[in-house]
Amino acid sequence: MNPMHCSPHAHGARPVGRVMQLVMLALTPATLAGFWLFGYPALYLWCVTVLACVAAEAVCLHFAARPTAPALGDGSAILTGWLLALSLPPWAPWWIGALGGAFAIIVAKHAFGGLGQNLFNPAMAARVMLLISFPVEMTQWLAPQPLAIDPANAWSALAVTFGAGMPDAVSSASLLGHVKTEASRGLSLAQSLPAQWNALTAGFGSRAGSLGETGAWLVAAGGVFLVLQRVIGLRIPVAFLAGVALPAVVASTLAPDHYLPASVHLLSGGVVLAAFFIATDYVTSPSTPSGQWIFGLVGGLLTWLIRTWGAFPEGVAFAVLLMNAATPLIDRVTRPRIYGRQRNGRSLGAARNG
Amino acid sequence: MNAPLLSPFARLNRLVRRWGAHPEGRKHPAADTEVALLPLPPRLVLPLAQHVGAPARPIVSPGQRVQRGELLAVAQGTISAPIHAPTSGVVLGIGDAPTAHPAGLVAPAIILEADGADEPLPLEEAEPFALAPAEIARRVAAAGIVGMGGATFPAAVKLSLGQRRPIDTVILNGGECEPYLSCDDRLMRERADAVVDGARIIRHAMGAAIALIGVESNKPEAIAALRSAAKPFADVRVVPLPSRYPMGSAEQLIGWLTGREVPADGRSADVGVLVHNVGTAAAIQRAVRYGEPLTRRIVTVSGGALRTPRNLEVRIGTPASALIEFCGGIKAPVARYVMGGPMMGVALRSLDVPVVKGTSGILALLPSEVGGAEPGPCIRCASCVGACPIELMPLDMASFIRAGDLDAALRIGLKDCIGCGTCSYVCPSQIPLVQFFNHAKGELAARERERTKQETVRELVEARARRMEREAREKAEAAARRKAERERAKAAAAAAAKAAAVPVEAAPATATSAATAGAEEATA
Repeated sequence: MNPMHCSPHAHGARPVGRVMQLVMLALTPATLAGFWLFGYPALYLWCVTVLACVAAEAVCLHFAARPTAPALGDGSAILTGWLLALSLPPWAPWWIGALGGAFAIIVAKHAFGGLGQNLFNPAMAARVMLLISFPVEMTQWLAPQPLAIDPANAWSALAVTFGAGMPDAVSSASLLGHVKTEASRGLSLAQSLPAQWNALTAGFGSRAGSLGETGAWLVAAGGVFLVLQRVIGLRIPVAFLAGVALPAVVASTLAPDHYLPASVHLLSGGVVLAAFFIATDYVTSPSTPSGQWIFGLVGGLLTWLIRTWGAFPEGVAFAVLLMNAATPLIDRVTRPRIYGRQRNGRSLGAARNG
Repeated sequence: MNAPLLSPFARLNRLVRRWGAHPEGRKHPAADTEVALLPLPPRLVLPLAQHVGAPARPIVSPGQRVQRGELLAVAQGTISAPIHAPTSGVVLGIGDAPTAHPAGLVAPAIILEADGADEPLPLEEAEPFALAPAEIARRVAAAGIVGMGGATFPAAVKLSLGQRRPIDTVILNGGECEPYLSCDDRLMRERADAVVDGARIIRHAMGAAIALIGVESNKPEAIAALRSAAKPFADVRVVPLPSRYPMGSAEQLIGWLTGREVPADGRSADVGVLVHNVGTAAAIQRAVRYGEPLTRRIVTVSGGALRTPRNLEVRIGTPASALIEFCGGIKAPVARYVMGGPMMGVALRSLDVPVVKGTSGILALLPSEVGGAEPGPCIRCASCVGACPIELMPLDMASFIRAGDLDAALRIGLKDCIGCGTCSYVCPSQIPLVQFFNHAKGELAARERERTKQETVRELVEARARRMEREAREKAEAAARRKAERERAKAAAAAAAKAAAVPVEAAPATATSAATAGAEEATA
């Protein structure tokens, strides 16, 4: 027995592993919906990505001569792979998942020092790397086909993920991509926005998009679960959604022909996933309350700006990475006022006397 | 009389700033049974340093017979407190005894062998409300009362410090936010009249308008008992507090009840408030009204490994083992014995450690209660930032300290840390944050001492150099003066010789007198 014990002699928090488990539990509905909508290739891609992350984590820990078991057991590598898989095109080839997973863990996480030390969100860093390096594979969307999960397709689906790739026949465009392409052809929103777009049904995932992002309502339900479980706070999700919605409301009210309405922005692409699961990543987001507001608001605003004027139809991953880079600075300038002191660190008493 | 009104801003602030943690109370079953009197142990160990400040100075010698309440050691210096005999008996000696220190350090203590007669000294009673404030402070000082919530700051010093500034509100701290502990709870339930009387005596001594007794809402019986005891008095109000750790910290309590914020380098008196623990108030009441010194207190004996957790009234100096034994001993392997509460208490290295004035609990904790997994890496979840009652950023402070950059930790508030341990408690990676801070504070204190030492040495060296220089200069000046003197004399002699060419016999006389003057100069 170690005879030196310091207070407190009690401990109340959930261990890190339990936190990760809750996050995974919250991701489950949207993930299952993704498998159901996009079939076996989505399931295979998810497995490959998660396995790649776990394997990369084990290799890094081995070479860093750190104990492997506790770090792998906390589930953080699984979660990284899971989040990355959800942000990938569902029928992307296996090597996209494997390369992305390895990049996320080796370059974005362990090169910075491992768990807790990384500056950038590993999943988003990997997604951006893949998007820039493999634009074709990363923008191959398909219309959902709920019956694709039929066991009869399990074998033929292997060819999609591990062989020939996605057949052209099923390809489709994501809404944001479609609108961007049409806008570049000079078409106004009234012409390009599909008439049947409906916030209620779109939010359940029945549309082209990333593996786990199309079921925005399911993602949001998981996010609310995390908030209720006090795994994440409300500040970053609310601020991020507001950061996207406010400029969208203003712009689409002023020029409805040119700017997408807020509902489309919020439910399309990765906004909801980012608001609840990506931007709230403990390691890469600010620790101070006001810093979290700033991080979310500016991150949302950047998303809207990139989507509206950037070269890419989707801006969530870029916005998150930019805000990750700003996080140390935000933390530094938004440090809370210490009890009994003014903002500048002088005692309140000194203020009163002088 | 109305309680000080909280501004709407202060009310909003209470809602928005959700500092602290909600540790499991674990106050039962100890809180459910009446306080029992622990039989007199055969031997009492009375450490000379049971309070913040200078240790008391013993005035008894080995072999001396003392009566209950007799003075054994007197206060030394401005911040100190005397120590009295908890029972009658014979002083065995003054020697080293184990203390509640994590490293098991020993400290000087008076060893008293009880004779079992428990003969008291006659006490000097008084009517508190007829006494002048200074006289009340004097009686409290003479009784050796210290902060009984665990801070052990001499109560009389607090009273006199408070008398230098206008105090409008006296607050009695009945928060008892530490898990397991229920000694204040039982005191408030069973001796509500004494607590309320104590509150009124302190209010009277400070000339304050009102005394507030803050009690966490997890003690409804105590609140009810105090309310009925306070009913006849307009100057005492009982205010329920939310159950939250560390609500019992003076700054948090003041903030919650009055909305005032104590300056970082100030005391609560600077914002017109004086805070005393309810146990201290009851002791003050005994001292001022009945002249009784502080020689006993209520201690919670609890923990998952203890057979029958309960509260005991114990003589100061009783070894911890006697309390555990009286409560049926342990029923399961003990991971850790703790003196005080689990959040800020000290792990005991030995059960020979005696109960002192600030001992609120003796806990025998199971392995499952103490936690203690291996710390993992910080995942920057900011739980500690949200929990810190004074809005520090423990995660950043800890990483600075880990990197050895104490100055950076200081810049972001290390000195303001109150050591409550809430950050460690909520950390999902089980990082011992508060231990980092306590270590760093110790390191800084050592650095400060080293700096003072170097400064002193430097000053001494400089003073010596100055003295040497002055002496050398004086010597040189003296030599120069002598030389000038001699030359003047020579010149004078020459002039005299020239002038007195006619009376030749006068010349040697002048030369002699000049030489004599030179010799006088040299000896001077």
